[in-house]
This record gives sequence, structure tokens and C-alpha cells, in this order.
Amino acid sequence: MNPTLEQLSQEFTRLIGPVPTAPAAPANPPPPVQVVDFAVRGVNLDVTVAPGQVVAAAELLNRHGFSIDTITGVDWLAEGQMEVVYDYLHFAVSLRVAVRARVPRDHPEIPTISLVFPGANWHERETHDFFGIRFVGHPNLTPFLLPEDATFHPLRKDYQP
Amino acid sequence: MIPPKEITYAGGGVLSAPPEESFVLNLGPQHPAAHGVLRIKMTMDGEWITRAEPVIGYIHRMHEKMGENRTYAKFLPNTSRIDYLAAMHYTHAFVGAVERGARIEVPLRAEYIRVITSELQRIASHLVGWGAWIMDLGGLTPILYAFDDRERILDLMEHICGARLTYCYYRFGGLCNDVDDYFLQGARDFVPYMRGRLKMYRALVTDNIILRKRLEGIGIIDAEMCRRYGVTGPVLRGAGVPYDVRRAEPYSIYPRFEFAIPHYPAGDSMARYLVRMDEMEQSLRIIEQALDQIPAGPVMGKVPRVLKLPAGDYCYAVEAGRGRFMVRIVSDGKDTPYRVKLRTPCFANLSPFEEASKGMILPDALAMLGSLDLVIPDIDR
Repeated sequence: MNPTLEQLSQEFTRLIGPVPTAPAAPANPPPPVQVVDFAVRGVNLDVTVAPGQVVAAAELLNRHGFSIDTITGVDWLAEGQMEVVYDYLHFAVSLRVAVRARVPRDHPEIPTISLVFPGANWHERETHDFFGIRFVGHPNLTPFLLPEDATFHPLRKDYQP
Repeated sequence: MIPPKEITYAGGGVLSAPPEESFVLNLGPQHPAAHGVLRIKMTMDGEWITRAEPVIGYIHRMHEKMGENRTYAKFLPNTSRIDYLAAMHYTHAFVGAVERGARIEVPLRAEYIRVITSELQRIASHLVGWGAWIMDLGGLTPILYAFDDRERILDLMEHICGARLTYCYYRFGGLCNDVDDYFLQGARDFVPYMRGRLKMYRALVTDNIILRKRLEGIGIIDAEMCRRYGVTGPVLRGAGVPYDVRRAEPYSIYPRFEFAIPHYPAGDSMARYLVRMDEMEQSLRIIEQALDQIPAGPVMGKVPRVLKLPAGDYCYAVEAGRGRFMVRIVSDGKDTPYRVKLRTPCFANLSPFEEASKGMILPDALAMLGSLDLVIPDIDR
């Protein structure tokens, strides 16, 4: 049974539940589950979850037969946040899903999804290398692409070589 | 050192007690079978592998950081240095992502030339992968034939863009040069020539009993393992999944052409071998159709002098020689990207190696490593 876009949007909306509004949030925050135009963005579904929900999101997509495409980070220095972006794809239906979560920059911790998708293991190690985001529960979060004694995170926007 | 799980060895034996004596074997980073600076830390029990851990990063160049501190046009040549055997596909993905973000229209003739050169590139890339792999298995001759064929493609590429390996032929909005009759005729002549060669390779290599004994049933990576690890390209199609980005996320003008997606259900090294051989034939089919249909016209669209992408993020994936290559550009509206993510196929394709090689004997694991057709700069970026 192949998933459809509507079905996934509904399940994600249920998973995320009511989003608490922070006092400093903009007046009209974008909805957490957005169906977007593939021709413009290159994804079909863009989902924003809380950091604690990334494992549940991975399990949801795993149940529907998705595969892990990649994991990456984005450093939003001005906002004091770091974003982790999980890309998923499906081999049987043309569906691309991006799941994103934001963590505070001074305490960048997020649960690992490598127990759901073993392929995430390497992507998370790479993201830890480049951004210093700690994936809690990861079996081996050691430098991967960087030298084995590296303590710096080059893709942070305030990184000085 | 001893892995906790029970291991079934090739041949059927099961390891229940820890081996009395195990040793660590370093394959690489300087080893001819690793095709570059890949190191695999292998814990061995005699001839058998109990754990094979790939150690990567020896040729890491931080392309993603370079993307953040230069303009889009200045970063474009970098993308052809990621997988130097399939440079056209990689520049295609980056050019496509920028065109998607900036809403640049590409003239039809340029799209046709992109398809022709991309498919020529796929053949060239598979030829090197094929020849080098057979060389790993002990057959020195095929790589010499493969390089002879590849030379013809490189000569055509050199004629249109000046480079033989790291092309920067695709530009935002089109191409840097139009092609001439010499190229079109050369590509047309190449199709029947290559068909004849592929027939010969079938008789010379594919049907060879030694090759079959080395590859059949060796290094099974099934569809479920591919899904859990995000494996794409010929490795995935060798597990029986007909996934091809050219069909799943149609880009450029691929929907205009008829071509099959070769896939074999066995999931062993031989299936991956057959997928690559069939793909070369399909590429020839696409080239033939594109040459028949190619229209006249400009090869460069309207591109703003200062290229800025509206704030947001844009993904663009292509079917590169080794699988799905995706570029994700995050823009904050300036003339340099805020973030460039390069999702490379070899990185994901190597990741199941540890799981798949458990309990294999060393020569079989090397046959499987060759079947993944790795390009190490593509893993390390």
C-alpha cells in the first residue's frame, strides 16, 4: 500500500499536535505541515517538528516504506538556532519529504534516528562533524570526515579557521 | 574487538564462541582495490571478516564550506570535482538547483545537448567502473578496451568544452558553447560503434565462467537493506528496485525519451554488473533519440547579471553514474548561498558495507567492494 500525500499530511499533523506559541514568535508562523510545489522546491512535503519528535517522524516514514536520503544542518546564527533537516524519499512513489527541527545553538542536542534507519548513522556523524550537533543515543559520534582529533565545527557561521 | 552478534560465515558455518585468535587487517588507505584513499579496518578470523569498518575522510576538501563563501557561478566548477568520473551529472544538479531557485528558463536545444552529453558521460563512467572492477578480479585486459572506448567520448567532450575530465560545460540558463556538426556526427557514429563493443564485452567478459563464479551469489544487498541505508543507483537496481531519478523525479527533458530501467532481482554482485551493462545500452538509445530530435536555436537563456536566489531552500536531484546526487541550496536572498548540501551517492552506497560484508571471505568482499563502483572523492567531498 503506497502512501499518498494527503495521508502523510494528516498523519504528520496528528503527530505534531498543537504547536505551543512562544511569546516572541511572529504573528503568523508558517504551518508545521506544508504541501509544496515540487517544481519550485524539489520536495513534496515540508514538515517542521519539535526536536523530540524526529524519531516518531522517522518511524512514521519507515512504516510507509520511505528511505533515508540525507541529513544535514543549517546554522541560523542571527536567530541563535541550528536546524537539522532530514530528507526522505520513496522508491515506489515519487514522494520527497523534508522533516526539519530546530535546536538552540548553545545546547544543540537532538535524538538519533539511526536506530530506525541505520543509514542515518553516517549522516548524523557528518552533521556532528560540521555543526557540532550532538545526536543523543548515537552509537559512535566520533569525527568522520574531519581529522580524528578535530574539535572544531567548520560549517558553524562563527567558525574562524 | 569481538562483535557481539552471532555470525554466519560464507559457506554456512556459524560462529557462536568468540574466535580464539583474531587480527586487524587494514585495507588501505593506499590500496589498489580501494580505488583511492579509502581505508577499511577489518577484524579477521582467519580468512573471514567478522567486522569491516570503513574509515573515510582522507580526501575531504569541504566543498560545502567553499559553497558558502563564493558566488553561485564561482562554486559551479567545484561540483565537477566531486565525482570526477561523472562530472557532467554533478554540474547538472547544481545548475538545475540554481535554475529552479532563480526560475531561469533553459532553451530546448540546450536541454537536448545536456541529455546527449549526460548519457555519454554515463557510458564513460560505467566503462571505467567496469574495467577497474574486472581488474580487481584479476582480469587486466578489459580496462584497456574500456579506456579505448572512453577515449572517444573524452575527445568529443574536449571538442565542445575544452576539458577532458572536470567539465564546466553546463551553465545557469544553458551551456557555454553550442555543439557543431563534428560533435553531432561523432556522437552519431559512436552509437553503432559502442553497440558492437558491448556485444563483444558480453562474449569476452559477461559470459566468462571465471567472472560468473566470482560474482554470482556474492555480496547480497537486498532491497530492504537498500531502503534502510538509502542506497541508490545501479546497486539499488541490482536489488530489483526499478528506481531511477530520471523517472521518479523527471528533470531536464528525460520524459521525452523512451528508455527502460534495467533491474535484476538477485541483489548480488552479478546483478549490479548486469545492470551497468544494460544501462549503457539504454544510454545509447537515449542518445540516438536525442540526436534525431535535436532542434536548432539558442543554447543560452536569459540570466540576470547578478544572480541572486529568493530566500528559501531548493533541492534538485539527478541520476548520476553511481546513483542519486542531490543538491540542496539554502538561500537568504544574497548572491552567495547560505548553505549548500551535497548528497552524494557513494557515501550512502558504502554505508551498508559493514553489515553486508559480515562473515564473507576477503576476496569476496573485494569483489563486492568493486561492485559498489566507489569514487572516493565523491564520498569525502
